[in-house]
Amino acid sequence: MKTYILKRLILFPIILILASFIIFAVLRFIPGDPARLMAGLKASQEDVQMMRERIGLDKSFLSQYGLFIFNLIKGDLGVSIRSNKPVINEIGKCFLNTFILVLSSYIIAIVLGFVAGMLAAIFQNTWLDNLVIFFAMIGASTPNFWLALMGMSLFSVKFRILPLMGMGTWKHLVLPSISLAFYPTALIARMIRSSILEVIWKDYIKTARAKGLREIVVYFKHALRNALIPIVTLIGLNFGSLIGGAVVTESVFNWPGLGKLLVDSITYRDYPLIQGCFLVTITSVILMNFIVDLIIAKIDPQISFK
Amino acid sequence: MKIKEKSSKSNFKKNKRIVIACIMLILLIIIGIFAPLIAPTDPIEQDLSNILQTPNGKHLFGTDQFGRDIFSRIIYGIRISIVEICISIGFAFVIGVLLGLITGYYGGRIDLIIISFLDILAAFPGIILAILIIAVLGPSLINMLIAISIFSIPTFGRLARNSTISLKNKEFVIAAKAIGVNDRNIMFKHIFKNLFTPLLVQVSLTAGGVILTAASLSFLGLGAQPPTPEWGVMIGQGRNFIGIAPHLCLFPGLAISYIVLAFIFLGDGLRDYLDPNLKNKM
Repeated sequence: MKTYILKRLILFPIILILASFIIFAVLRFIPGDPARLMAGLKASQEDVQMMRERIGLDKSFLSQYGLFIFNLIKGDLGVSIRSNKPVINEIGKCFLNTFILVLSSYIIAIVLGFVAGMLAAIFQNTWLDNLVIFFAMIGASTPNFWLALMGMSLFSVKFRILPLMGMGTWKHLVLPSISLAFYPTALIARMIRSSILEVIWKDYIKTARAKGLREIVVYFKHALRNALIPIVTLIGLNFGSLIGGAVVTESVFNWPGLGKLLVDSITYRDYPLIQGCFLVTITSVILMNFIVDLIIAKIDPQISFK
Repeated sequence: MKIKEKSSKSNFKKNKRIVIACIMLILLIIIGIFAPLIAPTDPIEQDLSNILQTPNGKHLFGTDQFGRDIFSRIIYGIRISIVEICISIGFAFVIGVLLGLITGYYGGRIDLIIISFLDILAAFPGIILAILIIAVLGPSLINMLIAISIFSIPTFGRLARNSTISLKNKEFVIAAKAIGVNDRNIMFKHIFKNLFTPLLVQVSLTAGGVILTAASLSFLGLGAQPPTPEWGVMIGQGRNFIGIAPHLCLFPGLAISYIVLAFIFLGDGLRDYLDPNLKNKM
């Protein structure tokens, strides 16, 4: 157990450094001269040269990377070309908004997924089970931005009960978080249903029933425990796809989050901002995977033997 | 022998999902091939006297903001979706399986380096990695497909590697080695044959994801560009008219769901039919 966690602890910063290196290296290949972009359209050749020296483009690749890491540790991600503000401030604002969106989708997905999956398993082969399977199929096969647009046209345009886009009241959160939650809800519901059905005929469940435990206790306490590890893994791994989905959802609803910032920064070729957005997104996903690994190590007794 | 045949036949009958999926996909491919015969109008030519018509007898799914028939555009879109799947999965499959076979078979330091690289690649959320690559290459259909296939490589690579490791010490491989078959033939003839089932399942499970990612990227303007009749592009362009003409987005979205659903059915069905033990591994 301890060696497992130690291994993960050593691996975590290594993955982080490699990921930052990949982002840094790949973004060097963006066509166009970042120094010219940053100096502005009217800049003279000398201005561009000065800018090049200021941001360190005249140095070798490795020392550029070293400088980048050094500034990163200080919390300096450079200055946005478009707004001329520090990238770290721009990202900080948006990060919170994305966090709100992703967190609320997560809560919806986990609660709804659990309830639907449990109901489907308890009432296996009834209309309720079929209904859950049907919705899980829809959820897994429908693009979230399409659901978002359909929700908009129905609830914002036709019935006028929800705001069209933007951010502010809790009402603004309803459509984005539900449309983003559809896919993970479907996955969680399916996973819970099949994990429970897998064990429901096993001896230890029969024993629990024979002891005279109430059905609900049998399902929640005994059957669900078996499903816990795959579900925690699934929920954890889904964080990445949720962040990816947020990129699209945010741009549908004009939600001022990290994803929208990323897409906008690519459109405007705002080079330092692109780099910062990728770094923050990837770091949070890697961090999440790391936390999930630790949780699984905690709840899975088998890992301590590995 | 006879008994086995009978049981597999009834097994197939039980597995309606594969049959439904095959019918759905074959229908789609036929419509895609005969698109020029089926589509009533050209998918790209504009007709500004007929803009934003709601679905009617002449235009089954209505017309868009340039007066183009949405039904025709969706039918031509099938071709693009099939190309998307073939190119991005084909590329990822070849590279991933090659890497997986070689690293799994030889092991050692190459294995460690390549598998760590694949693990890091897999740590990036698919669509984010695709956006990173598109940021460099520039938005276009072909660049998007390159990006999608790069992030699909780890899926096939890890699967091939793990299966190769478990297969390489089996009797049939040892026997082949004993009679002097060279490494290349062992990898590509003997081991690959046994990898085929899990890989086939993985291809159908990945295909739906490819369509969804491609649609998302095109929707954001990072993939196929207008006026290409790609379904994601159609939704992306139609979103500005969501208040007055929701049918611009409705039908392309249904088309996406249709094809993704078919691949989910196919993947799940094949997995249960070919190898019930796979269920817990994937």
